[in-house]
This record gives sequence, C-alpha cells and structure tokens, in this order.
Amino acid sequence: MYDSGDLFLVSSRLCFSQFRTNCKYSYSILIAFSKTKLSNGLTVIVHEDNSTPLATINILYKVGARDEDPDKTGFAHLFEHLMFGGSLHIPEYDAPLQLAGGDNNAFTNNDVTNYYLTLPAQNLSTGFWLESDRMMSLAFSPKSLDVQRQVVIEEFKQRYLNQPYGDVGLLLRPLAYKVHPYQWSTIGKEISHIENASLEDVKNFFFRYYCPDNAIMCVAGNVESAEVFKMAEEWFGEIKRSFKDDRKYPVEPRQTEKRELTVERNIPYDSLYRSYHSSSRFDKEYYAEDLMTDVLSAGKSSRLYNILVKEKKLFSEINCYGSGSFDKGTITAEGKLVKGVTMNQAEEALDEELKKIMSTPVTDEELTRVKNKIESTMVFSEIDLSGRALNLAFAEYMGDANLVNTEVERYREVTADEITGRAKEIFRESNCSTLHYLSKK
Amino acid sequence: MAQELISRNIPPALKSITDFSFRHIERTMLDNGIPVYFMNAGVQEVIKLELIFRNPTFNPAQPLLYNAANRLMSEGTSKHSAQQLAEMVDYFGAYYETEQSTDNCSVVLHTLNKHLASTLPVIHEIITDASFPEKELSVYKQNNKQRLAVENEKVGSVARRKFSEIIFGPQHSYGYFTQPADYDKLEQAALKSFHRSHYVSNHCTIIVSGSVTVDVIRTINNILGKQDWMKGNGASTPSLKFEPVSQKINYIEKENAIQSAIRIGKPMFNKTHPDYAGLQVLNTLLGGYFGSRLMKNIREDKGYTYGIGSAVVSMIQGGYFFIASEVGSDVSSNALEEIYKEIGLLSTEAVPGDELQMVKNYMLGSFLKSIDGPFNLGDRWKGIMLYDLGYDYYDRYINTVKSITVDEIMQLAQKYFQKDSLYELVVGKK
Repeated sequence: MYDSGDLFLVSSRLCFSQFRTNCKYSYSILIAFSKTKLSNGLTVIVHEDNSTPLATINILYKVGARDEDPDKTGFAHLFEHLMFGGSLHIPEYDAPLQLAGGDNNAFTNNDVTNYYLTLPAQNLSTGFWLESDRMMSLAFSPKSLDVQRQVVIEEFKQRYLNQPYGDVGLLLRPLAYKVHPYQWSTIGKEISHIENASLEDVKNFFFRYYCPDNAIMCVAGNVESAEVFKMAEEWFGEIKRSFKDDRKYPVEPRQTEKRELTVERNIPYDSLYRSYHSSSRFDKEYYAEDLMTDVLSAGKSSRLYNILVKEKKLFSEINCYGSGSFDKGTITAEGKLVKGVTMNQAEEALDEELKKIMSTPVTDEELTRVKNKIESTMVFSEIDLSGRALNLAFAEYMGDANLVNTEVERYREVTADEITGRAKEIFRESNCSTLHYLSKK
Repeated sequence: MAQELISRNIPPALKSITDFSFRHIERTMLDNGIPVYFMNAGVQEVIKLELIFRNPTFNPAQPLLYNAANRLMSEGTSKHSAQQLAEMVDYFGAYYETEQSTDNCSVVLHTLNKHLASTLPVIHEIITDASFPEKELSVYKQNNKQRLAVENEKVGSVARRKFSEIIFGPQHSYGYFTQPADYDKLEQAALKSFHRSHYVSNHCTIIVSGSVTVDVIRTINNILGKQDWMKGNGASTPSLKFEPVSQKINYIEKENAIQSAIRIGKPMFNKTHPDYAGLQVLNTLLGGYFGSRLMKNIREDKGYTYGIGSAVVSMIQGGYFFIASEVGSDVSSNALEEIYKEIGLLSTEAVPGDELQMVKNYMLGSFLKSIDGPFNLGDRWKGIMLYDLGYDYYDRYINTVKSITVDEIMQLAQKYFQKDSLYELVVGKK
C-alpha cells in the first residue's frame, strides 16, 4: 500500500524572480509534480501535462559503471542491452511497445542506467506492464546474452576502436584515476571482459542492483496523478526485492604531481587532452565550475575559441567541459592542433589562458552571459516531455525533485570570486593528467 | 487485492489513436513583403525563428560558395567583429545557428521571448551587412580542411558522402563530394557578391514558433520588415537530373578497418509522389524502427552490428532510399548477403498481418510525437511548405498508413526494391 503522505504539489505559474531592468535575469515556468514512495521503496514522481496526447515513463536505476568489479567491466552497459531480451512473462520488450504505438531507448554512464519510453497516453498500462515485468525478473536467455555480447563488442569497435581519436577515453581515464572506478569507461576496459561475461555474472548483477528501492520512476504527460500512483502500486507493488546498499566507492587519493602519457595513432592531426580533478555533481562548488567551463569554451563568445582558435590559430577546435559525475569528477580541456603547430606552442598558449582565469576574476559581462545561457538551456530542455521526466528523476536522485525548479538559483548566486577560487584549485599542474595523442604520419 | 486486477501473462488491452488533429500554421507578412508563418503553441516563453533561403543553382566550379556564405555571415560586419556579434547574442542566453541542407540555407535564432528585441537586431545585421573578413575566411578554410581530413578517416562518413555521389552523380549538388582544395577556391569578393545578391528580402521565408504573441510579430516586423533589405531578381532554382554512376557495386578499401560501412540504395522520388507514403510503410518494415527486419536479423539475431537501418528521404529535386550500417569487417560479406535476403523477401513473401499492424501502430504513434510541441508543429509546416503541398498531405499520409494492405506492400517492394536497381557501396575491408 502506498502512503499518500508525501504528496508535494507546486502549481504551474510564472515566477518573476529577481527581474531587473538591466536584463540580467530571466524567468522560468515551474514544473509541477507529485511524488510518493511505494512500500517497497520505489520512488514515483508524476508530472501532469494535458496539452500533449503522449505519456512517458522514465526509470532511473542507481547503478552504473562505477559499481562494476575491476576485472568485469562493461557490465552495467551490457546489462542495459539485456534488459530488452525478454522478461519473466514477456518474451520480448520492444514488440508490445511498438504495437502500442510507443518508442523507447536507454543509456548507461558511470553513475546510472536510465530507461525511457514514450507512447500514446491511453496505452499507459502497456508501459507499466513492460517496465514492472522486467524489474521483477529478466528471462535470462543464453541466446540473448550471446547476441548482445556481440552487439556490444561491435559497439566497442564502432565507437572506440574504428574511429579516429576514438580510444582517448580509454587512455585518459586510467591516467587520471588510479583507485576510483571512474578509471574505466562505461563500455568497459577491454573487449575480453565483455567476451567473458557469463549468465551467472549477469543474474547476480540483476538481482543485486535492479531493485525497486534502488530506482526512481517518473511518469509524465497526459496522465492523472492519483491514477498513476494506483497503477504503480498495482504493477510494481509485489516486487519485494530489496537493495542492500553496502557500496563503498574507494576514494581517489589527492593527486600530488602531474601525469603524462604520449601515444601515436593513425590520425591526421595531433591532439591534446588535459584532465583535472574537480567536484562532483552534488557538491556546492559544481555550479561555479560549470560556469567556469562555459566562460572558457561555450559558444563563439568564449575565451578559448576566440584566443586559441581564431586569434592565435593554434587549435582547429577546442573544448573544455566537466564530467558532471556523481563522485568527484574531472574537468577536461581538449583540442586538435593546427598542422605545423608544436605541442609545446599549443600547451604554452593553453596554460596562459588557464593562468588568466586562475588570477583575474571573470568580467560582469562574462558572468551574466554564462548565467543567462544556463537558464536559457534549462527552459529549452523543458519543452520536450521526456526531457522533463528525465530531469525530475535526476533531481530526485540528487536529493530533491524540486531542484528542477530551484537549481537555477544556485547558478544565479555564483560570484566571480568563487569562479576564480575554483580555477585556482582545479588548474594546478599537480592536479593534471595530460595525454599527448600524436599523429603517426 | 490489487494483484487480481492485473495480468502479467497477457498484454493490457490497446486503445487505438483516434485523434490526429494538430494546430496549423498562421500567416502574415512583413512590411517589406517577407512571408511569416507562425505557430503560437506551448507554455514556455521561448521563440525559435528561422529565416530560410532556398539554395541557388549549384556550380561545381564553386561548390562550397553558398554553404560557406551561410556559415561565414556571422564572422563580421562593417560594425562588429565575429566575437562581438557572438557576445551580443550569447549575453542574453540566446543561440544562433546557421544550417545548410541540400535545398536551403537557414539562419536560426533560439531565444527567450524576453530577449527577442535585443537579439534579433544582431541577426538583421548579419544578414544585411556581412563583410566576410579575410582573416576569418582563412581560419575557416584551414580548420575545415582539417575537419574534412578527420571525417575522411571515418568509414561511416566516407560511405555516406560517397554514396550520394554514386546515386546522384558527381556534378549534382546532392552528390558532390567535397575535396580539401574546394576550400581554397573560396574568395572574399565572390562571397560578398553572392551574399549581396542572395540574402535579399524576396528570397526569404520566415517560420517562427513558440510563444508567438502579437508583440513578437510586431518586434519581428520592426527589425526585419524594413526596406533596408535589398530585393533580388527572385530567380528560382531549376531541378537538375540525377546522373548515377554506371557501376552498381562499389568498394573503397580502408587499411586496418575493423569495421566496414555499408550503404545500399537508389535515387527515388520525393513526397509529392503518390507512392511516397506507402513506401514509408514498406521502409519502416524493412529498417525504419527497432523491430525491423534488418535489425532483427543483422543485429538481434546475428550480432554483426551495433545498428542497422533504412530510410526514404525526400528532397526538393527528388529523393532517395538507403540502408546503412557499420559491421565487423570479418562479417561484411555475410551482412551483405543477409541484407539482400531481407530485401528480396519483401517481394516474394507477404508480410504477416500482425507484423504489418505493428508497423502501422508504431508509425501512428511516431506521428503523434511529431506533432507534439511548438517546434515540431513548425517543422510539420516546413515539411509541406517547401513542396507547395497543403495540410491534406498529412491526412493522406495517415490514411495510407492505416489502410495499406499486405498485397500493396508486396507490390511496392516488387516495383521499387529490385536488387538489380540498387547501388551498393562498402567502405572498409571485405
């Protein structure tokens, strides 16, 4: 029986928050939702939107590549594939959904595995039937494992081995992380780990992590909250499996000196990658760091683009971004060198820009610009129904679903001095792992 | 208790979609004659404004001219540098993009309503006063040549572009395979002159979607509706014939490729043709969704690939059909065999009724998604506007999807999917 005590309702209204005539801030429409938790621990969030004929179900499982055994990597992602290979009562996931006029997809990263489907709202029951059955138990067919192993191996080749610059992540991660599971990519450390995955391994993984109290479900669209809560109890309530959360991720020791790796590949141009240890998505420092990387490389008004690409012509492209991971992450600066430019020249110029942001506060104009960009991106991301569902599930994982409506405030509060402070801490040489990825030609 | 009401052994009863209605575009005109099509929908106070300019006649001697002009407009005007222009738009959290497609080049602005009046003047300045500074042009050339060299290392990218050359012909705008030297042909004078004659008010169509209030229309008219836009001679783009190569089977070897990219297909008609909607149903069955024949065989049964799909694409001068995949090199021949087998089956064996029903339901559900939200609604208009079709196009499309029979599907396969009419390209290792 679900308890209706935890209903949280925020009405949809325009919220003029700190609006000033110098146009520094904009406003946003609040996303209304209700939330409850079933007796088996499954968190259920509902966002009503009767302007659409669709409904979407997003289920976020709190398991990702960081939960893998170092000798059995690539599992969380392989597992995501297996989730479509049939469950206890349903031989195949996709066909009934397609028959209902629906579509679906999923993704895995180092922290989570997320499944989402969209279908005509009148067929919502089909979505509940499919998702609850596969949370209850998979069919675990050997044929499905054999095929998906092959498929994932082809994915490994297509995205990481057969593409120019494709294996950068596989090299950079173990350079930056010596202890923490972030040292391997979601796809896995190597193909052999996937080849050796057994049905027993797969079953253990499922029963351990795919529990209702280790998941967050968000239903959005032309639905009615009370009805959805009732359906959630009907379909998911009998899944009693509980997650034993004795996870302890090894803490990455503070890096004390710079690290470097040089490799050669069959690629036309040299490229440079610098990874620096940074905050996690949950830390309060995250917001200043996010704005900092935007000042450096978001769009054509950004510093690295204008100085290193346009003015000095040392890089043909350059980017600086944070990992946004749930444990302590990294901020990476990467770029492709213009032919003829030496690695020394490129690194000196990049260092000069990093020194600037470590020593001089960003201008008012820059700060306002990146804050406006963040808000604008948030508003645009709310247009799509499945985007809203995903954002609500993630915000709930971060501790409060209402962050979808309030997180923008944390960005607004960031000061130029805070950004300088973060830059000083992050862009230290002893905090840096550098990959020189050189052209063999 | 609750458990008695549900059954896990049978799927919940399905309810069919009955309502396919959606909001239609409204139209107005700016003072200088530019037509504006607008879609006022959605709750978010956002605007997407697109200025569309139809591509001129393609000249193989200057193959990058109109795409480069579109890309480089924002790189400087007589009043502002590229960086200043970017800052003026970015300051308000707005996004400005240029888009080049086979038939059109566009300038697209995404902004919160609040900042339309501040950001639109920048767009106006870029369109009417672009100066194509020499230093920006040289950076553009250098960096794009590098980007092209990297793209040429990707089997999938080479296959996509080479395949177009094979089926449309090397001299057609749809098929032209860009070479690094083509960037060197770009010159400031030619770009400026082209820009002056092409980016004129009577070549322009505007589509705006989002929270399109009366205020928004007024702002657009104030900023883009003046007479300071020049007028051109309004010449239209003639359609050129496709000239596919004579060789049906093509292979480009790439050393050390552990995967090969496969493309199979042919030039076709566009969405104005009466068989187009039926062909879309046939295509979906073959390779247009996750449960398709190609996915089920080549990925889910054999594990040869991470992904395989097919599409029927419509463009103004005609369209094309293609199947695409990247498969393990060691199974390239096997994959080809299976693909042709699946194509062949469609001509010889009637598709089971329940499988066809699944394809139909999937397509109708997919259509519902495509009419959800202001930007999708704007795109639905764009999809018919460019072909001078009316909204009844969608009624006919829905009707075809709902009513097409198993026999009609087979007939379409026999008519259009004969193996000897198809072109094949493999890039990688066989």
